[in-house]
Amino acid sequence: MSQMERTYLDPDINMETTVYWESAKNGKLLVKTCKACGKLHYYPRTICPHCLSSDTDWVEASGKGTIYTYSVMRRTETPYVIAYVTLEEGVTMLSNIVECDVDDVAVGQTVEVVFRDTEGGHSLPVFRPA
Amino acid sequence: MVRPTKAYIAGVYEHPTRKAIDKTIPQLHAELAAGALADAGLTKDDVDGFFCDGTGPGLGGISMAEYIGLDLKYTDCTETGGSSYIVHVGHAAQAIADGKCSVALISLAGRPRAEGLKTLGARTYGGPPEAGFEMPYGPAVVNTYAMAAMRHMHEFGTTSEQLAWIKVAASHHAQHNEHAVLRAVVTVEDVVNSPMIADPLHRLDCCVISDGGGALVMVSPEIAKSLGNRSVKVLGQGEAIKHLNAGQVDLTYTAGVTSGRIAFEEANLTPADMDYASIYDSFTITVLITLEDLGFCARGEGGKFVSDGNLISGIGKLPFNTDGGGLCNNHPSNRGSMTKVIEAVRQLRGEAHPAVQVPDCTLALAHGTGGQIGTRSGSATVILGRNDA
Ligand SMILES: [Zn+2]
Repeated sequence: MSQMERTYLDPDINMETTVYWESAKNGKLLVKTCKACGKLHYYPRTICPHCLSSDTDWVEASGKGTIYTYSVMRRTETPYVIAYVTLEEGVTMLSNIVECDVDDVAVGQTVEVVFRDTEGGHSLPVFRPA
Repeated sequence: MVRPTKAYIAGVYEHPTRKAIDKTIPQLHAELAAGALADAGLTKDDVDGFFCDGTGPGLGGISMAEYIGLDLKYTDCTETGGSSYIVHVGHAAQAIADGKCSVALISLAGRPRAEGLKTLGARTYGGPPEAGFEMPYGPAVVNTYAMAAMRHMHEFGTTSEQLAWIKVAASHHAQHNEHAVLRAVVTVEDVVNSPMIADPLHRLDCCVISDGGGALVMVSPEIAKSLGNRSVKVLGQGEAIKHLNAGQVDLTYTAGVTSGRIAFEEANLTPADMDYASIYDSFTITVLITLEDLGFCARGEGGKFVSDGNLISGIGKLPFNTDGGGLCNNHPSNRGSMTKVIEAVRQLRGEAHPAVQVPDCTLALAHGTGGQIGTRSGSATVILGRNDA
């Protein structure tokens, strides 16, 4: 049985993260890279958490990844899958797994990004089995 | 041998309430102060240092100090969630050693049950920078701990039955505690057959929700000497934090790796020296990962270590949480490390329930975890010794 989906809460958005959420509306998942040290990071900051350089830039992720771990929240009106997804690019992000039978999710499963509208009309990256 | 110490725990008090419908939080703090000071044989006017977490009503500890009527030289309101009180033990020991204060009161109070607060739902922390990238996905306390459990199972083959043994051990101890929320002895089957809350954690993998709190009184060695021999030595303490590390995520360990190493080094002791351990038990997985972190067993071996009653007093090699812990007895204000220290002190005084008292308990550990091991958390470890240790 494919899961019903929750109503997604709006993200807190600030001046450091506007680009991320605007890009999500265009179907793009962004991560931050640092021109000084060359490393990616997530969640995105203006200042690189690896080296404190302010010379950071947005890059589009492929949207493909694997499930590092997950849990199915059962005791809620609409059960849902929360997961950490490790992107091909090497950073791991918290997300939800959708368009799946909640009983068939597995660690190591390959997934791809899709986007869902939040209650206030923002766009939220989530993942489905690839 | 007689080990040196910077400070002693002279008084402890665990509030007997588990549902404080008729009490305010400040009132609970004051009742706790009275209880811990009476246990120490001291009075309110002896207190010159006060330690509480960031949740006390008012500005830091100032409003609580005013309500209780404390005249202070020293306050510290370090907030690391449920591990705060073991952080406070270390800070109080240092403040006493530095001569900044000589009688320190550490207090925790809360009433989540009376206020009808759920811990199931998403929590907000007033707009931290990660919030936008987490809250829409529905993180809760239970499902973030559950993700750590799921990963542990994947990497090391840990099973639900092994996790269940931790609850079984806690329940064996809680049957003797008249104040415990859950006093029924449960079996592995009871735990794994209880409703699934967030895979792989069942209802009985979770701690209780309760009101109340606890308090500690810490004193200088000179004052401890004047109070007789019930005081307990603080032999070593460590604290550390861990977070998602810019997206390089590993949920198989906590900052207990660091806090434990620091505490054992300061005490010049090892896990094998411990007669008893209080391990923060918000969920069964919290205990299992912490035992690995602290070096009671190797990484990935926690499942085997906790099985077959190994944590049950009188049966296993490492008696733990002999009050029933957060899993069965008490988890006041959703914060567990205060009661961990209190039960360790009872053990070292020989004042635990006779059915769970560890014979000749000389050295003990108490460990706290704050926040969520599936996202970001603080860890704190304290090594305690009997008065003559
Ligand atoms: Zn950098």
